[in-house]
Amino acid sequence: MRRVVVTGLGMVSPLACGVEQSWKRLLAGESGAAKIEGFEASDLACQVAMQVPRPGRAKANEDSFDADAWMEPKEQRKVDDFIIFGVAAARQALKDADWAPKTYQDQIETGVLIGSGIGGLGGINETSLLLQEKGPRRVSPFFVPGRLINLIGGHVSIEHGLKGPNHAVVTACSTGTHAIGDAARLIMLGDAEVMVAGGAESALNRIGIAGFCACKALATAFNDNPKAASRPYDRDRDGFVMGEGAGCVVLEELEHAKRRGAKIYAEVIGYGMSGDAYHITAPSDDGDGAFRCMQAALKRAGLKPSEIDYVNAHGTSTMADGIELRAVERVLGEAASGVSMSSTKSSVGHLLGAAGAVEAIFSVLAIRDQIAPATLNLDNPAFETAIDLVPHNPRKRKIDVALSNSFGFGGTNATLVLRRYEA
Amino acid sequence: MSDVAERVKKIVIEHLGVDADKVVDSANFIDDLGADSLDTVELVMAFEEEFGVEIPDESAEGIVTVGDAVKFLEKATAKA
Repeated sequence: MRRVVVTGLGMVSPLACGVEQSWKRLLAGESGAAKIEGFEASDLACQVAMQVPRPGRAKANEDSFDADAWMEPKEQRKVDDFIIFGVAAARQALKDADWAPKTYQDQIETGVLIGSGIGGLGGINETSLLLQEKGPRRVSPFFVPGRLINLIGGHVSIEHGLKGPNHAVVTACSTGTHAIGDAARLIMLGDAEVMVAGGAESALNRIGIAGFCACKALATAFNDNPKAASRPYDRDRDGFVMGEGAGCVVLEELEHAKRRGAKIYAEVIGYGMSGDAYHITAPSDDGDGAFRCMQAALKRAGLKPSEIDYVNAHGTSTMADGIELRAVERVLGEAASGVSMSSTKSSVGHLLGAAGAVEAIFSVLAIRDQIAPATLNLDNPAFETAIDLVPHNPRKRKIDVALSNSFGFGGTNATLVLRRYEA
Repeated sequence: MSDVAERVKKIVIEHLGVDADKVVDSANFIDDLGADSLDTVELVMAFEEEFGVEIPDESAEGIVTVGDAVKFLEKATAKA
């Protein structure tokens, strides 16, 4: 099988716009959580979210996301935010990879596989109100193309002239991980030489929060203390904090990357998938789906559990944290005490369809910088474990191999295995 | 410039993101102002909203320049 490496990274996160900007803030222990701003939230059970910092908002910082820098205002009106985030992350990743295909051959060998969990929820909500109020003649011709999940890839391919495979994934909170894993496979099988892959999400609106509140999935006990709300593995966790943003990577066939002298961040050496076949929103108590998913990824990678250094957990700060933890322990066996596992959702929240992509990027950077990012707010661990859950502060350590887990509604699981690149 | 012409031009500038000096009566939405077929549908909807009139599809097909829109809307609003 052909080898696939990561040669470009792009990100819009609740911490910042930009990969290095987000990573720096992540390692500094910043939290992207705040009181919800920009829409009415006072009657919602959860009033906390991890919104992308924007100029003019209370949460603004010097690395804020200025949408005008990424898409013309007249085009922004036609699409939901998840598309703008995805376009921004993809442009960053291609620039970082220094890949701008100009010849027909390069264009047809470069594809896109960017997903979203939910897509244009905000626009669907607003347009259905408009339809009710003013009738069908007021429904914009941009209503449909501005909400469709695969239109992230549509916009990215048009902007950069990418004429290879044009695909999208929709697997709830596993989307970003599946997108990167599937894209890597397309390269391994020879369908493309380069793929822009990842996920984008923005379901941070009244209907999005109300819907996840109804599923009893969101943190509701921390409305007055937002930064404490996302606390994976902690005794007092009571639900996830919704985030928004996008992550994109450029994946490339190894020889292709070497020929053009691309910088290589890491190699994608394993990818596993499984289904729970259990419940629409809850993982099975025995963690069987997560366990088989990680096993499958390790088998593909040809690795022993003792070769794993770092796990970027799904760890949403819900009851499911313990199920994943026990599944990871089962995979690792005696190797558990040598592994660090953290949930960066404690810092950026749960980006749903973008989560897996953003977390894969954090895993790549953990390998690059030999540091495991922290699990914030882990004041009173709810579980005894031999695994280092990296409480409060990041940990400098050897990281040659990193696993990144994602588990989604519907019982859909995905795991990526990334390794420090060695010729 | 008539009141109708001013309002039409404001809408065109907003929706197509073009400079005001390009929005002259003879400017063709697609050829001169960079609109695509979906943009023109949305423009017509915006005119309907602004002027409180209904523009039937047959009439909309004949509105290809800024001047066409102004002429149509001046007539339509005069009747009302």
